[in-house]
Amino acid sequence: MRIYCILAVACLACPRVTVSAETEKIAFVGARIIPIAGDVIEQGVLIVDDGKIEAVGRRDAVTIPADAKTVDVAGKVLMPGLICTHNHVGGIGGADGSGPIQPGIRILDSLNVHDAGFRRVVAGGLTTLNIMPGSGHLLSGQTIYVKMRKARTIDDIFIRDADGKPTGGMKMANGTNSHRDKPFPGTRGKSAALVREQFIKAQEYRDKIQRAAGDPEKLPPRDLGLEGLVEVLEGKRVVHHHTHRHDDIMTVIRLAKEFGFRVVLHHVSEGWKVAKEIAEAGIPCSIILVDSPGGKLEAVNLIFSTGAVLEKAGVNVAFHTDDWITDSRLFFRSAALAVRAGMSREGALRGLTLSGAEMLDLQDRIGSLEPGKDADFIILSGDPLSVYTKVLETWVEGVKVFDRTDPEDHLHAVGGYGAGNDQEPYFCCFDHGGNQ
Amino acid sequence: MPRTGHIIQTIFLVAAVVITPPALAQVAVIGKTVYTMAGPVLKDTVVIIRDGKIAEIRPVFGTVIPGDLRILRAEVVTPGLIDAHSVVGLTGIYNQKHDQDQLEHSAPIQPELRAVDAYNALEDLVAYVRGFGVTTVHTGHAPGELISGQTIVVKTAGRTVDEAVFRAPAMVAATLSSSARKKEKGKSPGTRGKMMALLRAEFVKVQNYLAKRESGDEEKRPPRDLRLETLGRVLSGEIPLLVTADRAQDIASALRLAREFGFKLVLDSAAESYLLVDAIKDAAVPVIVHPSMYRTWGDRKNLSFETAATLRHAGIRVALQSGYESYVPKTRVVLFEAAIAAANGLTFEETLATITIDAARILGVEDRVGSLELGKDGDVALYDGDPFEYTTHCVGVVIDGNVVSDTPR
Repeated sequence: MRIYCILAVACLACPRVTVSAETEKIAFVGARIIPIAGDVIEQGVLIVDDGKIEAVGRRDAVTIPADAKTVDVAGKVLMPGLICTHNHVGGIGGADGSGPIQPGIRILDSLNVHDAGFRRVVAGGLTTLNIMPGSGHLLSGQTIYVKMRKARTIDDIFIRDADGKPTGGMKMANGTNSHRDKPFPGTRGKSAALVREQFIKAQEYRDKIQRAAGDPEKLPPRDLGLEGLVEVLEGKRVVHHHTHRHDDIMTVIRLAKEFGFRVVLHHVSEGWKVAKEIAEAGIPCSIILVDSPGGKLEAVNLIFSTGAVLEKAGVNVAFHTDDWITDSRLFFRSAALAVRAGMSREGALRGLTLSGAEMLDLQDRIGSLEPGKDADFIILSGDPLSVYTKVLETWVEGVKVFDRTDPEDHLHAVGGYGAGNDQEPYFCCFDHGGNQ
Repeated sequence: MPRTGHIIQTIFLVAAVVITPPALAQVAVIGKTVYTMAGPVLKDTVVIIRDGKIAEIRPVFGTVIPGDLRILRAEVVTPGLIDAHSVVGLTGIYNQKHDQDQLEHSAPIQPELRAVDAYNALEDLVAYVRGFGVTTVHTGHAPGELISGQTIVVKTAGRTVDEAVFRAPAMVAATLSSSARKKEKGKSPGTRGKMMALLRAEFVKVQNYLAKRESGDEEKRPPRDLRLETLGRVLSGEIPLLVTADRAQDIASALRLAREFGFKLVLDSAAESYLLVDAIKDAAVPVIVHPSMYRTWGDRKNLSFETAATLRHAGIRVALQSGYESYVPKTRVVLFEAAIAAANGLTFEETLATITIDAARILGVEDRVGSLELGKDGDVALYDGDPFEYTTHCVGVVIDGNVVSDTPR
């Protein structure tokens, strides 16, 4: 009885985070649909059932089931939920100042799902994030791929693999962010040497496990960090690598070749200088556009046309917010600025959705509007690349998680008193520019 | 060796070509739509600039453009944009100690620091913002100390501060926010109460100094004091005190201080100003609102995209700014910040006013810049569409009649 009372009080205190167990069958009718996979559909229909996309197509080509609730979205634009391949919301705290390489750290152990940052994320139309520790280390820990479902705890937002394990990557960085006093490296040469040593250890650990063939006597003692790196060596865990300067980019490519790990290059401010090499290595890039170059030495040559140059070279390009470097509510802006500088509209919109999904190994589940995929989508007031366009609604797996007409959602979409309720993130340990 | 010498020579030659201002050019800017900010929107209009000043504004049809004019054309033509508060030229692109002159931490009150002594007219970030149509910038010492120094108004052209500056000092920069509070034990000011006490004590000192300086007896006059002299210009109403404050309580403190000492106040950043609309309006204080895309943390955690609209629609004079960034982006671009305001409550022309004529009025330079009117400076920005749209390009920039940029950006 007492427990029931407590539960009831808890529910009253937090009605917004009640997770809805079942979703309705809904037909969204009349919107301009940008499915990403395939051509734009005028007067389109999207049918959602049990959290999945059942059908998508032209109004005259899709039969609306009799039991579906119909929602008129004429005059609006409907497209897949956005995917941010590099985000820091949630008051994250990854590796600390004790060492430059900490593969045993899991960012999922540090997240506050009630952080106001998540409210801004859905206001921006983001439905999937790769939440990462910072870039102050050569390796700052395991990242986590999350869905913006309504959440009470971190478990509610995991994207699980076939075995039920939360999915994620590994965050690495090179360049100057991780340069500081011992035990951190002071040069680029030392940085690469430390990383290579660590991967060699992981190879030996993996080989020992293989040789043991299940014999507990021969198995090496369990090492959480090396376990994470073995997942990287086996290609189960993608490396998300912060890198800016052209030579640092080439170092990542060199190390990826040596150890055979799968990698996504992040930021790549000088990617335009080595676009051919990146394309030849077949490595995808997740880029960021900030409003001016500089602020740190490695970003002095940052230009808006990096996306265009990489696209032309044949590189798969996605975008990221790096929230709080750029605000998740303005994610479309990054893609639009890339278009301003010559990237194709199609490539830019793909870069906000399907390309990001591919970089997280989630392209079979999200990133485009296709039957069988998760019903993660957004409803916009107009052209996605216009500054005047608003995200009206955000849906995750058939559940509406943001509605601009809801006063509380509106507060987080535009800001105002009470909107800021964030937990400060922990970014070890590098100082900002001039103070260094 | 000679080879190196040759290369260096070439670099200097190239640099010289880029930075030498051409002789005052004669320019005709033809716009399909021209926003003069001093009257109705004009269609198919030519703005003729002679000797650096706007000489004629006429319909294209029926106007014979003399052969000596360089002709620029664009979909949309606006006055050169004004960034009402920035630190470009004092902060440099590299963000290393050697190029960061925006903030001196040796004492909390240093109004004697002149921006003219710190402004680098050739800084890359100045050219960068110019490429998007920004022709005038109010720049100087940054927020972050109780009184951090002076500010100036410059054109984003010129090789030296003397060529660039046209109002100095413009204001004295003060900060009433957490960023001016010292965290170290024993350092002052450590609290908001102490911040105000220090400022009030300083202004009392200035009052005494002014009174004594006016003494008829030369022997009784105190020696010249740069710090008190500068604040004396604030108390006399010659230049405003620019107070950076974000929390409503800090904005209220700034208003209280201005009431007590009777100086001209300009509010800066003012994230929670939407809570104090009536008080700000009653005090007739203009507001230079924070960049729309500032990060939502610390004192600015409750900032709103709609603040510029809220204030403007209440009748408060509002300008926008690029502000100060300690990391990336090293400078914001006021055009981009305005775009977000345009999408959040301000009309197109209201938004344009915040980065042209209203900014000029707040800075006291409306006789020179901020609108396209006969006799004003020939500062023009050209765009291939709605300047606020993400995908529109700035296709030309004219400062004092010189075409300083014609690369689409």
